[in-house]
Amino acid sequence: MTGESCGLFEYGHRACGGCAAAMAARTILDAAGKDTIVVSATGCMEVFSTPYPETAWKVPWIHSLFENNSAVASGIVASLKKQGRKEKVIALGGDGATFDIGILCLSGAFERGHDFVYICYDNEAYMNTGIQRSGATPYDASTTTSPAGKCSTGNRRPKKDLPMILAAHGAPYVATASIAYLPDLKKKVEKALATEGPCYLQVHAPCCTGWGFEGEKTMAIGKLAIETGLWVNYEMEEGKVTRVKKVVRKPVEAYLKEQRRFRHLFKPTRNEPEIAKIQAVADRNAERFGIDIKLKK
Amino acid sequence: MMEFMEGSHAVAHSVKHCRPEVIAAYPITPQTHIVEALAEMVANCQLDAEYITVESEFSALSACLGASAAGSRVYSATTSQGLALMFEVCFNCAGMRMPVVMSIVNRAMGAPLSIWNDQQDSISLRDSGWLQFYAEDNQEAADLHYLAYKVAEDRNVLLPAFVCFDGFILSHTYEPVDMLTQEQADSYLPRYTPVQRLDSADPISFGLFASPDYYMEFRYQIDQAVKGAAKKIASAGREFGEMFGRDYSDLVESYRLDDADCAIVAMGSICGTVKDAIDEMRKDGKKVGLLRLRSFRPFPEKEVRSALAGVNRVAVLDKNVSLGTKGAVALEVRDALYGQQVPVLDYIIALGGRDVRKKDIRAVVDMAGQGKGDLFYGLRQELVS
Repeated sequence: MTGESCGLFEYGHRACGGCAAAMAARTILDAAGKDTIVVSATGCMEVFSTPYPETAWKVPWIHSLFENNSAVASGIVASLKKQGRKEKVIALGGDGATFDIGILCLSGAFERGHDFVYICYDNEAYMNTGIQRSGATPYDASTTTSPAGKCSTGNRRPKKDLPMILAAHGAPYVATASIAYLPDLKKKVEKALATEGPCYLQVHAPCCTGWGFEGEKTMAIGKLAIETGLWVNYEMEEGKVTRVKKVVRKPVEAYLKEQRRFRHLFKPTRNEPEIAKIQAVADRNAERFGIDIKLKK
Repeated sequence: MMEFMEGSHAVAHSVKHCRPEVIAAYPITPQTHIVEALAEMVANCQLDAEYITVESEFSALSACLGASAAGSRVYSATTSQGLALMFEVCFNCAGMRMPVVMSIVNRAMGAPLSIWNDQQDSISLRDSGWLQFYAEDNQEAADLHYLAYKVAEDRNVLLPAFVCFDGFILSHTYEPVDMLTQEQADSYLPRYTPVQRLDSADPISFGLFASPDYYMEFRYQIDQAVKGAAKKIASAGREFGEMFGRDYSDLVESYRLDDADCAIVAMGSICGTVKDAIDEMRKDGKKVGLLRLRSFRPFPEKEVRSALAGVNRVAVLDKNVSLGTKGAVALEVRDALYGQQVPVLDYIIALGGRDVRKKDIRAVVDMAGQGKGDLFYGLRQELVS
């Protein structure tokens, strides 16, 4: 944990017990401080934090629509510039808002170079509407629109590589993080806010409800994603990978078998070919980012 | 000062005089000349505004919403497909009570694709909570922007506003326009002071979701604000008249209506043609008058009822159609006259830029005299039979 929270994201919201997105919000505001304007997309975080007439946000906060948080942020940044105000602007969205429906606004805002930070809390499906697949859903995950069945092993496509897409826009700082490593997340938020221009952070946010694990295991699941190489924490500066979290890798099975969304790969029988395909995803990640710590014999 | 200007440029100059702090816009015919002119002003330091070259109309209005929430006076302009792409944000702006002012250079909706004029685009947003003003000529198009900001930003109104004027017919036509000076504009429209804004010194949350226990009261308050805007339009329109000689306090304009048997009801540039046709018909002894709606939202229900009290029949010219029923203006005029015996006949006319001449207006009046209406006027029968 990051120690005592400064409490800008207030307790008493309606997130599920063990919600990673709520942990992310608290940590993000701990890093950002009070002189921050937050623009939320429609989604779990917006809904659980702001049922009228209550709000969990002790910083200025706005929600407009599902897909326009980057465009709304563009307008806010322009307005602050015109007024000579110094507040920082953070746009927050889930993976559905970020990878899918909001990517037009996101791309436009990054291309124009507005000085703001976009943070995606990535729980790898549309959780607010009941666990439908998104462009961030990993291969073979069972969701309500990519259910595993007699002739399906779940989601048929790998996760979209959004950080690279945003790096290709010329973003000066792009990073991935995980709620399993909150001090690291906090540092990355601070770094993104201190960097001029549009910066992107993608935070792995395991969803106990959508992925099917007990709420007290959120941190452990997040950690396993990193330890298996299925999620890589890295930083990119000016388009180049500059820092990567290295691990002694575990087989992907250690991560998969803890979650209901991958249960069909183990029951009623082990689906070796599919498990091998997911292992290959981790192996490719390991090779691409060089995450493996080589143990001395 | 009288200047001979293209409609789009007259509007751009008015907008400049309104001192918008953030402009976000996207090119689309026939609106583009406005935002090109504004971009040029910004590029030459004639207008001190942040100009956001967004990637879509959807983002244009979203950026305006954000800038408005942060406390800036904002401006955008669009038409037709662009406005349709903004549909979701339009409802949002009104619901969040953001006083965005946007020019709508009226154009038909596809399909089929048409860049030419009718009023289907803005009329389709009639339920969104935006105020809607329709200009007859370029002078009015230019002037209504000052009025729109003044009304929209009033703390008892706090609603976004469309200033609508007909694509090409007005936007690309040169007319003499009496332009205000910056000093005159400043004396009418003070700098924007937001009622509330995103501000870390006083953090508030905008755009919360409302459960069934709260939602209806929000909608009721927006409805009350749209209706109540009529009062502010009256005072702001009168003030404009006192300062500059052109009074916009009435939501409607009556033309030779006092002793008329037949009243034409219309909005926008077609009214110029209608007035000329009426003058000719009057010479022939036909008692015809015009009721022009300058404000469609709020809808001037009382004004319509009182203006049309003495006529025998009403012919509504609708440059739009609610497919499957009638034109939107006719439906609302008929509703305003509910309980009265006067027949209201609807003429869907000039869709997709089809030209309307004085002889067409005379023909409509003749048809109304025969009780023939509720039809598409001027169809090429060989194409539809």
